[in-house]
Amino acid sequence: MNVAMSTPTPAEHTLVAVEMAGVHKWFGQFHVLKDINLTVMRKERIVICGPSGSGKSTLIRCINGLEQHQRGRIVVNGTELTRDVRSLDAARRDVGMVFQQFNLFPHLTVLENCTLAPIWVRGLSKAEAEMRAMHYLERVRIPEQSYKYPSQLSGGQQQRVAIARALCMNPKIMLFDEPTSALDPEMIKEVLDVMIELAQEGMTMLVVSHEMGFAREVADRVVFMDDGQIVEINGPDEFFARPRHERTKLFLSQILR
Amino acid sequence: MKRPAAESKAAAPPRRGGSLAADPRFRAFVVQAILLIAIVWIGWTLFENIRQNLAAQKIASGFGFFGETAGFGISQTLIPYTEESTYGRAFFVGLVNTLIVSALAIVFATILGFAVGIARLSRNVLLARLAEAYVEVLRNLPLLFQILFWYLAVLGTLPGPRQSTPLLGAVYLTNRGIIFPKIGLEPGSGIVFGALGIGFLLALILRFLQRRQMLMGSERRSFGWLTLLLIVGLPALAFVLTGAPVSLKWPELRGFNFVGGARLNPELLALLFALSTYTASFIAEIVRAGVLAVPRGQTEAAFSLGLSRRTTLRRVVAPQAMRLIVPPLTSQYLNITKNSSLAAAIGYPDFFYVFAGTTLNQTGQAIEIIAITMAVYLAISLATAIFMNWYNRAIALKGA
Ligand SMILES: Nc1ncnc2c1ncn2[C@@H]1O[C@H](COP(=O)(O)OP(=O)(O)O)[C@@H](O)[C@H]1O
Ligand SMILES: [Mg+2]
Repeated sequence: MNVAMSTPTPAEHTLVAVEMAGVHKWFGQFHVLKDINLTVMRKERIVICGPSGSGKSTLIRCINGLEQHQRGRIVVNGTELTRDVRSLDAARRDVGMVFQQFNLFPHLTVLENCTLAPIWVRGLSKAEAEMRAMHYLERVRIPEQSYKYPSQLSGGQQQRVAIARALCMNPKIMLFDEPTSALDPEMIKEVLDVMIELAQEGMTMLVVSHEMGFAREVADRVVFMDDGQIVEINGPDEFFARPRHERTKLFLSQILR
Repeated sequence: MKRPAAESKAAAPPRRGGSLAADPRFRAFVVQAILLIAIVWIGWTLFENIRQNLAAQKIASGFGFFGETAGFGISQTLIPYTEESTYGRAFFVGLVNTLIVSALAIVFATILGFAVGIARLSRNVLLARLAEAYVEVLRNLPLLFQILFWYLAVLGTLPGPRQSTPLLGAVYLTNRGIIFPKIGLEPGSGIVFGALGIGFLLALILRFLQRRQMLMGSERRSFGWLTLLLIVGLPALAFVLTGAPVSLKWPELRGFNFVGGARLNPELLALLFALSTYTASFIAEIVRAGVLAVPRGQTEAAFSLGLSRRTTLRRVVAPQAMRLIVPPLTSQYLNITKNSSLAAAIGYPDFFYVFAGTTLNQTGQAIEIIAITMAVYLAISLATAIFMNWYNRAIALKGA
C-alpha cells in the first residue's frame, strides 16, 4: 500500500483530479444524473449549486463511490471507478468527504474520531495517528476539545472536527456536501474560514453549497445543476454577473434576493 | 403519576358547595383504596384457605423437611447425590441442573442469534432468506412443541446403544444420549493447569505493555502469535513434560448400555437445543433491529474514510448497535431461565421439576416450597439483570 503511494504512477503526473464523462445514474426508474461531463483539475475549487433535488449530492457521492453510476466514466486521480472493489478503495484513499449532518461517530471521542481511519486503514501506530490528529485539530482550531464526545460540541465545532477527521487521511481531493446547511447562522463563518484556508493551501475541492460569498471568494468555477443536468459552468464573476440560462437567472434571483 | 395529579389540582375549579365527590383527587384516592382492600382480602382468603387445608392434612409448616431423606432418584446429578440424600441436597442438584442448562442455552442462543441476525442483513439474498425463514419458523412454534420435537423426533429416533456406530472412533449418538470418552485427571495435571494460568497472566502483562508501547509511539505490532503461544504452548509444554497426566476412559458396551465413558442425557440435549434455537430466533430479530437503527450516515462516513466493510461493522456499527441490543437481550436471557422449567415435559431434572414437582408432591409443604421456588427464580433473574445492567452501563454512550 505504501509502496503504491510513494511511487508516482503515470496518473499522478496528470493534472486531472476528477473526470466525469457522459455519466448517467438512475434510482430505479428515476433518472437522477443525465449526461454529466465535468473535468476537475488538480488544485481546482469547484462550487456546485442548484435547486434541492437537482442531483448535487448524488453527483459528488458518485466520486467516492457512495453511489454507483450506471453509464459513463468516472476517473478519480487516475483510477477509473468500476464495480471492482479495489478501484473503490483506491478512490476512497484519495478522496475525503464532509457531510451536511457531520456524521461524527458518537461513541468515540473527537480524537478517536480522527485516529480511527489512520490506524485501521493506513496502519499507523496509535501515537502517530494521535500526533497527526492533533495537528489537524489545531488547524481547525479545536485542539482543546479532543477528549470530548461529539454530542458535547456545538454544530460548528462538530463540522470542523469532521473536516479534521477527513484531513487525517491526507486526501488529495475533498468533497463537501452542503457543509454549513445544518448550522446556526453564527457558526457558518467558523466552518467557512477553515474551508477557505484549505482552499488557499491548494486542496482540490468540490463543494456543494449555496454560500455565494464563499463561491465568489474561493471558487475557480461555479457549476449550476438543475433536474439532473449541468446547466451552466462558469467562473464566479461571470456566473453571478451574467448568468446565461434562464434557469440560472431564476435560481440566482431566488437565493440572492 | 404525581405531576399530572398536582397539575390537575392546580387547574381544578374551586369546589362548589364543598362536594368531595367532585374532587378528582378524592375520587382517585377512593378508587385506589378500594383496590388495595380488595387485593389484601383476596390474598388473605387464599392464605387462610391453604393454611386450613394443610392443617386438615396434618402437615406441619416449616423448613424441617430440608433435612429429611429424599428417597427418590435423579437422572442427572452434577453434585454427589443418592436416594439416601436429603431434600436439601436434591434442591441443589435441581438448582445446578437449571443453572447449567440456562447458562449453556444463553451462550448458544447468543452465538446463533447474532449469526442469524447478521445473516438476515447479508447482501447474499439466499443467506438472508434462509435466515428469515429460520426466524419465522422458530419463533412462531410453541416452545413446548419444539422441546418435544427434539426429544422425541430427533434424539428419540437415534439407534440404541447396541446398534450405534461410533463417530470419530469413540463418540456414540444413541437414543440414550451422546456417549464419549471421559477424561480423567491424574497426578501432575495440576502443573498443566498452573502453566495455563501463568500463560494467561503473561499474556495479560504482554497486552498491558503493548498498550503502553502504543501510547509511547513505537510501531503498532500485533502480538497475536506470542499471545497464542503463551496460552496454548506453555500448558502444552507442561503437558508433555509431566508425561500426559490424563487418562481417557473409553466407553464400553456392557449388555444394553455403555459403561466407562461420559454421557450427555437426551433430556439435557433436547432442552438445550430447543431453548437455544428458539431464543436465537428472537435474539436475531433484536440484533437486526439494533444494526438497522444505526443511522446510514455512520456507515457512509466510515466508507468515505476508506474503512473496509468489516472494520466499519466492528468499529462503527457494532458499538452503536450494542447499546440498543443489550436491554432487550437481557429479557431474552431472563426468558431462557424461566422457560427452562418446561424441562418437566421431558423429565429433565431441573430445579422446578425436582423441587416444585417431586419434593412438593412427597412433602406436601406447598407454601414453603412455592415461596422458595419464587425466591430462587427471582434471585436468578435479578442476578442476570444486575449483570446485564452493569454491562449496559459499561458500553453506554459517554458524554451524552
Ligand atoms: N437513495 C435514493 N433512492 C431514490 N431516490 C433518491 C435517492 N437519493 C436521492 N434520491 C432522489 O434523487 C434526487 C436527487 O437527490 P440529491 O442528489 O440528494 O439532490 P440534491 O443534493 O441536489 O438536493 C432527488 O429527487 C431525490 O429524491
Ligand atoms: Mg443534497
